[in-house]
Amino acid sequence: MHYHKPHTFEDAIKIAANARGVTRFLAGGTDVLVQLRAGTVTPDDLIDLKLIPGVHDIVRAKDGGWTIGIAVSGAELGRHAALVADWPGVVEGMNLVGSTQVQGRATLAGNLCNGSPAADSVPGLVAAGATVTVIGPKGTRKLAVEDIPASPGRTHLQAGEIVSAIHLPPRGAQGGDAYLRFIPRTEMDIAVVGCAISLTLDGDKIATARVALGAVAPKVILVAEAAAALIGTTLDDKALAALQAAATAAAQPITDRRGTIEFRKDVVAVLAARTARIAYARAKGAVK
Amino acid sequence: MSKIHVSAVVNGDPVDFLADPRESLLDCLRDQLGLTGSKEGCGTGDCGACSVTVDGVLVCACLVLGVEAEGKAIGTVEGLSDGGTLHPLQRKFIEHAALQCGFCTPGILVAAKALLDQNASPTETEVRYWLAGNLCRCTGYDKIVRAVMDAASEMREAV
Repeated sequence: MHYHKPHTFEDAIKIAANARGVTRFLAGGTDVLVQLRAGTVTPDDLIDLKLIPGVHDIVRAKDGGWTIGIAVSGAELGRHAALVADWPGVVEGMNLVGSTQVQGRATLAGNLCNGSPAADSVPGLVAAGATVTVIGPKGTRKLAVEDIPASPGRTHLQAGEIVSAIHLPPRGAQGGDAYLRFIPRTEMDIAVVGCAISLTLDGDKIATARVALGAVAPKVILVAEAAAALIGTTLDDKALAALQAAATAAAQPITDRRGTIEFRKDVVAVLAARTARIAYARAKGAVK
Repeated sequence: MSKIHVSAVVNGDPVDFLADPRESLLDCLRDQLGLTGSKEGCGTGDCGACSVTVDGVLVCACLVLGVEAEGKAIGTVEGLSDGGTLHPLQRKFIEHAALQCGFCTPGILVAAKALLDQNASPTETEVRYWLAGNLCRCTGYDKIVRAVMDAASEMREAV
């Protein structure tokens, strides 16, 4: 295995383009190293992206949007008070990944590119309308986060392409988001069901909404019908019931050792209602 | 498979070692530097027995490559005591009998110290969440949590 430490994304792409065997990009390493040790993926070329300038930065743009570097750890996200104030749902999703030790290394970009349908940070990004910059041999493109995952362990990134930054839109006034997951214990587990909702209000009425579900389909899904159930309402009981029905209908889960199809379709409705209430309260100005 | 020369600082001492790029920091600490306090429990970041700090950040040494340690300051359990004097956490672990087989203890000590370095007065809940990534299959955790709380209390009074 050859270990590379490029100082620019352009160099990283060149190394990847010239590599003939298995290539992996290294940020936090909390998935790559597990696969390396288990022998499931032994890269011929491992390209460490952490020495590229800017990858550890969290930057707020003039319009209020955010750019998050691909090597920013979960712990660093959680400590960033202004980002947490704007996008608490995005940050709480990432902060649910693994232990304190894993939080010291794991990154949003890695969680996204690992392609797990149960990735805790991805529904929050999708609900937020986050985008990523992708650099590759054919140039640079911008993709919505929901267009990255393809199926368990697979993404729509082309060979040699790298996510080089994550972008969150401006939160704006009267906006709120939240992420909840179900696990059978309190910490250190993989989501059985996850749900993220981001919404904005016009007075008491929900003006815009995005609902993303995790661990109930081969990839994290954006559910337009669930968002439609919320828009124009004040999150009354009827709206919540419609949201729950839409979430259950959109869920296409499997039965595995973490939960059955029936259980997941039931829990996704419970979580959707709870998540919506938190996001709504936050949009109303509730702290956290 | 050529080895890569790595220079780092471990527990305040400059060190140099040759690392195969596939080797974890844990393997480098144990096999190259002879620092066998950090243990390998799972090798997948689930158990915390290999907890060390890298530039002050608590991580699993099994999830860091040795070559990534270049230029970094590493802290291991061997750096906790001051010469022959045990760190208050180590003393309280003995007083509270917060260990049985002891395999998880180095990782828990390093993790607990990282917590107390940034929060001198953690609540019991904060201690339990912070240490959620450190598995102990012997003690049931109560004695560990009590020892950490007691050490924190003593360290606050000593300041």
